[in-house]
Amino acid sequence: MAAVTEAPPLAPAPETKPPRRPRRRGRWTPYLLLLPGLLWLLVFFALPVIYQASTSVQTGSLEEGYRVTWHFATYWDALSEYWPQFVRSVLYAASATVLCLLLGYPLAYLIAFRAGRWRNLIMILVIAPFFTSFLIRTLAWKTILADGGPVVGVLDALHVLDVTSWLGWTAGDRVLATPLAVVCGLTYNFLPFMILPLYTSLERIDPRLHEAANDLYARPSTTFRKVTLPLSMPGVVSGTLLTFIPATGDYVNADLLGSTDTRMVGNVIQSQFLRILDYPTAAALSFILMAAILFMVTFYIRKSGTEDLV
Amino acid sequence: MEQYEPDRLSPAQVAAMRRSFRTGRAALTRRSLLRASAGGALAAGGLGTLSACGIPAAGNTQGGVSAEDHSEKEKTVNFSNWTEYMDVDDSGRRHPTLEAFTKRTGIKVKYTEDINDNTEFFGKIKPQLAAGQDTGRDIVVLTDWLAARLIRLGWVQKLDPANLPNAFTNLSAQFRNPDWDPGRAYSYPWQGISTVIAYNKKALDGVEVKTLSDLLDDPKLKGRVGLLTEMRDTVGMTLLDMDKDPAKFSADDYDAAIARLQKAVDRGQVRRFTGNDYTADLTKGDFAACLAWAGDVVQLKADNPDIEFLIPDSGYMTSTDAMLIPNKARHKTNAERLIDYYFEPRPAARLAAYINFVCPVDGVKDELAKIDQDAANNPLILPDKAMQAKSRAFRSLSSKEETVFEEKFAKLTGA
Repeated sequence: MAAVTEAPPLAPAPETKPPRRPRRRGRWTPYLLLLPGLLWLLVFFALPVIYQASTSVQTGSLEEGYRVTWHFATYWDALSEYWPQFVRSVLYAASATVLCLLLGYPLAYLIAFRAGRWRNLIMILVIAPFFTSFLIRTLAWKTILADGGPVVGVLDALHVLDVTSWLGWTAGDRVLATPLAVVCGLTYNFLPFMILPLYTSLERIDPRLHEAANDLYARPSTTFRKVTLPLSMPGVVSGTLLTFIPATGDYVNADLLGSTDTRMVGNVIQSQFLRILDYPTAAALSFILMAAILFMVTFYIRKSGTEDLV
Repeated sequence: MEQYEPDRLSPAQVAAMRRSFRTGRAALTRRSLLRASAGGALAAGGLGTLSACGIPAAGNTQGGVSAEDHSEKEKTVNFSNWTEYMDVDDSGRRHPTLEAFTKRTGIKVKYTEDINDNTEFFGKIKPQLAAGQDTGRDIVVLTDWLAARLIRLGWVQKLDPANLPNAFTNLSAQFRNPDWDPGRAYSYPWQGISTVIAYNKKALDGVEVKTLSDLLDDPKLKGRVGLLTEMRDTVGMTLLDMDKDPAKFSADDYDAAIARLQKAVDRGQVRRFTGNDYTADLTKGDFAACLAWAGDVVQLKADNPDIEFLIPDSGYMTSTDAMLIPNKARHKTNAERLIDYYFEPRPAARLAAYINFVCPVDGVKDELAKIDQDAANNPLILPDKAMQAKSRAFRSLSSKEETVFEEKFAKLTGA
């Protein structure tokens, strides 16, 4: 407000050019700053989405070209033909997300509250796998889980594989090329996306709150339930989203670690787009996947009861 | 001097500022994300501009669209090939046959290993070729079914025989007349690929395999058999196993082959369908036996004595990777000279000695024997008469057949 009262003595003719210039600059600065991001989104997100939406309602062939005929039946055909792969994708991604949470929460808790001077080292260990390529990391699991390998040997000796193959997670005395291997691969590849937001949330919790809970005779378990967990919910929500969304659309893990009965919707889209050259079906599948994820995520965020996401 | 003046901010800015004051980080909240996703859904739903998009028909210009040939002015040629498909010297960085070509002709070769997968590469160059633009490549090496598709679509240029004297004389008889490019008007083979059965002696543990049927039926091999994601190789070998000729089969024969494979898949006999990555499964013993490409087997055998191959009595599939000149390529004559160069016995022998695929050039044996006696006597590299008699090629498919067959095969592999 000070500026308003000071203005008249400084500018004898208030409606001339000089005072207007800073005003204009100030008004446009935020938009100018947004411009690169908006352009990026327009070119690399909005336009491809429009293009794919258009492709999904086209018919034709490579020779005759494709024309928009508003052939919405493609959606129905794609869904009725490939619903098992959709269900499987959601199941695998959900299992991987739950596993990530179970593995990631204690680790993030440890890093945030107990690691002390080891904190940075553990953080580096969490992030270090990202220095190698996604593909190499996934291929490494083929060596870890190989048929004659130590992991399968131990699991077999402990009769764990009998239980898992009874459940349909593995087949016979192997782990590779089974649903279990795919879920393991997904869990491993997306674990850091769970740990980092969890850590950020946990780290922001004021330790004095824990002390206060202790002073009020809360047992450690009560403190966790009433203080730590509710305050870390934003991390849990964003961690699960960052894990679940990419895991649902992933196809590399199913391709390398899976078999014919573990193919996910990403594999279907890939083969429709690249092998069968049925671009409309591929686009329709992508849109169904996007819609399904959007719906599930919306529902989840509504139910999760947290306001902040970071 | 700029000063803080709230009344100069737009209402939206003020609101944004208030939001950010509240918690400091609340810019991204549950509600804002919900609102944003709802907005996104609305935007996607309300688009009226969709009809504007469309993919134009492939310009089916037989003979291809040539650009102005810059071969004289620009002494260079852009060569796109698969990874590890060229001879390399001990330092691992230089390609002796390419350097010899440059030394002789003065044409510099820009060699790029940017092809990893036929289908992916097709997706990559399709937009440019469909729009009638230069892909920036003068030679591409693609497996014959994709080469056939590009020829069908009119996306590659007709070769000038005057520039290809060696290629014309030295091309092996078995590669001379593919039904998709009779007389080699558009393409010349880079290397031939034989699809055989490979097995790991240790993993097989005494089980005897002789035919593809053994792989698909023997209960002792349950879950330890690998097949290839390359439809023509897997179905072709199955057709041969069923005494059908892959060069002239009917749609019913195809369905019968798919049904035969489906039975094996349903029983859990087949572990998975693979691309090149079958080599790891085979050497580790996760695959006891699988369909394999002969060039890989030669290398795998050298590293692991347990790996062996067999050629079923019913025959084996042979395909080729073919060199093509895409439409609008700037250096057509240079490209043709490079193609022709690899049909001279000496460079062909050097290449064959290094990469171990089927050499499509006649009269190479003596040159190859000078470099590597074993390779010269290996029927997987230089097929002898008996071997050539068993070789079969997959017939070319119409565009409609290709879609239907690929879809049936994709269902077999899980999607």
